[in-house]
Amino acid sequence: MKLLTPDLGLFVWMLVAFSVVLVILAKFAWKPIVGALKERETGIADSLAQAEKVKAEMAQLQSDNEALLQKAQEERAQLLKEARDARDKMINEAKEQAKIEANKIIAEAQAAIQHQKNAAMTDVKNQVGNLVIEVATKVLGRELTNAGEQERFIQDLTKDIKLN
Amino acid sequence: MIFNRVKCLSVAVFSLLLMLFSNVAFANDEHAGEEKPKVFDANKVIFGHVLDAHEFHFFDYTDSEGHLHPVTIPLPVILYSKERGWDVFMSSKLEHGHAVYNGYKIDDEKIYAVNEAGAIDESVKVYDLSITRNVAQMLLAIIVLVSILISAANKYKKGIGRTTAPKGFQNALETVILFIRDEVAKPNLGSKYERYLPFLLSVFFFILINNIFGMIPGAANVSGNIVFTAVLGIISMLVINFSGNKHYWGHIFNPPVPGGVKAILVPVEILSIFTKPFSLIVRLFANILAGHIIIICLISLIFIFGNFGSAAGFGFAPVSIAFTIFIYMIEILVAFIQAYIFTNLTAVFLGGAIEEHHHHEDEHAHH
Repeated sequence: MKLLTPDLGLFVWMLVAFSVVLVILAKFAWKPIVGALKERETGIADSLAQAEKVKAEMAQLQSDNEALLQKAQEERAQLLKEARDARDKMINEAKEQAKIEANKIIAEAQAAIQHQKNAAMTDVKNQVGNLVIEVATKVLGRELTNAGEQERFIQDLTKDIKLN
Repeated sequence: MIFNRVKCLSVAVFSLLLMLFSNVAFANDEHAGEEKPKVFDANKVIFGHVLDAHEFHFFDYTDSEGHLHPVTIPLPVILYSKERGWDVFMSSKLEHGHAVYNGYKIDDEKIYAVNEAGAIDESVKVYDLSITRNVAQMLLAIIVLVSILISAANKYKKGIGRTTAPKGFQNALETVILFIRDEVAKPNLGSKYERYLPFLLSVFFFILINNIFGMIPGAANVSGNIVFTAVLGIISMLVINFSGNKHYWGHIFNPPVPGGVKAILVPVEILSIFTKPFSLIVRLFANILAGHIIIICLISLIFIFGNFGSAAGFGFAPVSIAFTIFIYMIEILVAFIQAYIFTNLTAVFLGGAIEEHHHHEDEHAHH
């Protein structure tokens, strides 16, 4: 069968041709093509990974922002509360102080009144004493003639003396 | 869609042309040899088509004096013999066996040395290294293939397809390249695929372009020639066995079976080194050859019917052409499928040879 008997010439040419084709294609065709395809694929994969990363970063940033906002709000609330407390405290303190002060003033006033009252009483007592002495002097000086008249005189005198 | 239609149409036109050419040839033959009763010799036509030849033969015509003139493209004949050294001349000098040139004559596509008397000289062993039509067509296919691929490679070098989207024919090429890489090389060869990818791609495209060139009506049957497939098979065998690691050879010479079985299995394993590429060789050869034979047979049927009368011949022509177109479509498919199968099986065998940590079960699962 001529179909199955290999032909030497064709064999030699074929071997040479395929070897040359293999070398040429490997060097000048497959290397750049396969290299470019790989480069492109890694480029795309990198870009996708980058995008994913950026997305994750954005999400992180957003959650950070939210946390920050939350914290700020909490802080504001805290500050407000503190301020309110401080104000209340100050008012209370002031009230307390005022009360104490007032009490003190009242006590002092009362003490002063008492003191003046005492002084006045002393004064009155002194003046009563003096008057008594004066009246007695006057009585003694007029030489009491009758008992009736003496009595009326004493009455008059005491009428004048009024303990305020 | 349009491309498909054009392809369809061109196949039909080519088939018709082929029929017409043959028609001219046979009609003239009838006139030329009037003394012998002329019938259509399908066997000669079929084998004349699928076998190699020293020229591209298209058709014959007969001039007014009744001389037969074959219309051919002559190809260079390159001969070597120890006694006579190198001889290079065009095949037209041999006049299809009618003439002796430089002490050589051709008979049934085989070139013999002849002596002074014109008888065949058996003592001179002639090595025929001619550029036969298979060689010529293969070289043409190679030029086309290399220029297509290198122009594509240059596009990639310029950055088209590297950083931007690929354009035009690059897309078609890229799909095939990526298919070979992702579906053939990577699954079978694993992490070491990059080393063998150029080989696999070259084998695939080389077979494919020759299959496709063989589909052109009037062209030679290159990839359906046993030599073509044998060379590829032998190269695959060399690549597989030179890549084979310790494990691969260990599996062949010391398979993990009990001693008695080993005696049987070792020869089988050694045989398998050769049977694997042999299966590749025969598969590709038989598939492409069968396709060519079927098509030429279907066309020949017209003339076989024509032997019963021209009405029968013309009557059968539409049926025959319809079948031819159908088979032609299938053959275009086969051109791709066989190139893929050859490449894929080469990758599978290579994968078996370079696999590092394979267990017995794994290996069988892979095959």
